[in-house]
Amino acid sequence: MRMLPRPALVAGLLVAGIGWAVAGEWGAYEVDGRRSGYTYAAAETRAMQDDEFENAGLLWVEKGAELWSQADGAEGQSCQDCHGDATESMRGVGARYPVYAEERGKLINIEQRINQCRSERMQAEPWRWESEPLLALTTYVRHQSHGMAVSPVIDGPAAPFFEQGKTFYTTRRGQLDLACVHCHEMNSGNMLRAQRLSQGMSNGFPTYRLKWQGVGSLHRRIRGCNEDVRAEPYAPGSDEYVNVELYLAWRARGLPVETPAVRN
Amino acid sequence: MDKPRVKVPKKVKAGEPFEVKVLISHKMESGQRVDEATGQKIPRMIINRFEARLDGELVFSATLYPAVSANPYLAFHVVAEKSGELSFKWLDDSGDTATATAKVAVG
Amino acid sequence: MPEPVSHCRGLTRRRLLEQALAACGCLAAGLAFADDAARAAAAQAAIDAIVGDRGVADGELELTTPAIAENGNTVPIAVAAGGRFRGDTYVKAIHVFAVENPTPEVVSFHFTPQSGLAQVSTRIRLAKTQQVVAIAELSDGQVWRTANEVKVTIGGCGG
Repeated sequence: MRMLPRPALVAGLLVAGIGWAVAGEWGAYEVDGRRSGYTYAAAETRAMQDDEFENAGLLWVEKGAELWSQADGAEGQSCQDCHGDATESMRGVGARYPVYAEERGKLINIEQRINQCRSERMQAEPWRWESEPLLALTTYVRHQSHGMAVSPVIDGPAAPFFEQGKTFYTTRRGQLDLACVHCHEMNSGNMLRAQRLSQGMSNGFPTYRLKWQGVGSLHRRIRGCNEDVRAEPYAPGSDEYVNVELYLAWRARGLPVETPAVRN
Repeated sequence: MDKPRVKVPKKVKAGEPFEVKVLISHKMESGQRVDEATGQKIPRMIINRFEARLDGELVFSATLYPAVSANPYLAFHVVAEKSGELSFKWLDDSGDTATATAKVAVG
Repeated sequence: MPEPVSHCRGLTRRRLLEQALAACGCLAAGLAFADDAARAAAAQAAIDAIVGDRGVADGELELTTPAIAENGNTVPIAVAAGGRFRGDTYVKAIHVFAVENPTPEVVSFHFTPQSGLAQVSTRIRLAKTQQVVAIAELSDGQVWRTANEVKVTIGGCGG
């Protein structure tokens, strides 16, 4: 049997190896060693997320689509009246937010932007945090950026808030005296009880969590994390959490928006 | 109950089983959870029955118990000899119902 | 100096405490054992109610479950009994049980000849690691049974 000349064989293997390393076994779900929570989920959970029908989070997207075209408030306007077709007007929003809002002098995230529109432009009652309509519309809006790379802006006026988010992420808290970094950077990939610690990426929020049996917001998840180290959590929508939301977006830069993701 | 999602293939072959998928939003409150504030068990409230009919005839049904996950998902099979209409019904403990329909195109 | 004499011969306060604790432990363990036993009995009774006095075979019943459930709240399962319905014989029903859940019945699927295939997928809740049992009833009186163990774990920091 004729063998390939050795140099060719070695070169071939090298190219294949580099190719594999560059492509990575996780494709778009891993960028420069930063891995989406998707890569830590069980095969059945990933299958549930990937199936356009079985992904229960899509029930919230549908609900959001209904709300988008429903008039609400004293002005009798719906989101659609100003923003038209969400698949066009909202595309990219979920990849960029949270952003610096000049009128607030601080960051604003999608939930806050929705409520700002409701109260200031629609003359409608803002929705309570974690209420079904706010979750549904936020999921719907972020879903319009599905597949786009997370690309937050962290310089310019957003810079000081980014820094505050970064400080939050590295500050110990709670009776267990742990910071986010301890689990999600220094121990990602290790087992915590029977679960593998992820890198705590936010690119799939609002997410359908099997534990919640429903869709929940990023701030709800962060509150849970804070409670788990026996720290007093901040209020959802607090400056602290919106700032860390920007830092988390930067940590997830380049990963695809997966909203609604399915996670444990 | 919220509007259910239904998935039926665009075209099916006469006499060949095809897969139907349904998904509906429902908490499926099992009756086992305890309200932290009151210490009382939250009463059971689940979808307990699902029925699928082809042109009015029952083809498939399911009896659901609290151990079915929230937002119940079912994928099952149906055989059609000619084009028609599938109708689906969900019934919960309170007597509330949800319905949906889907056309079956035999080609 | 003379040794102090215990007024309760053989039953010092220490021994009384030891015995009481042992009794409590046995009681607690006994209660837990009784709970497990009660659930197992309830599951068997529920299965017996379906099977009656018919013989049970493996038949062509397949139960697909994950070996380890990522979360006990949402465990995907699939059941498939026999193949394409032919002639008069078809699978009338498939019943699923989780033998260590608070109540054993999970879901019952009822088929007609117009189902064509007794093949169903759904998502179920499992309270802990346990056997999931599927029972199929055929139109000709046959009963098939299969079971899988599914491991259910407590994940992460409980969050």
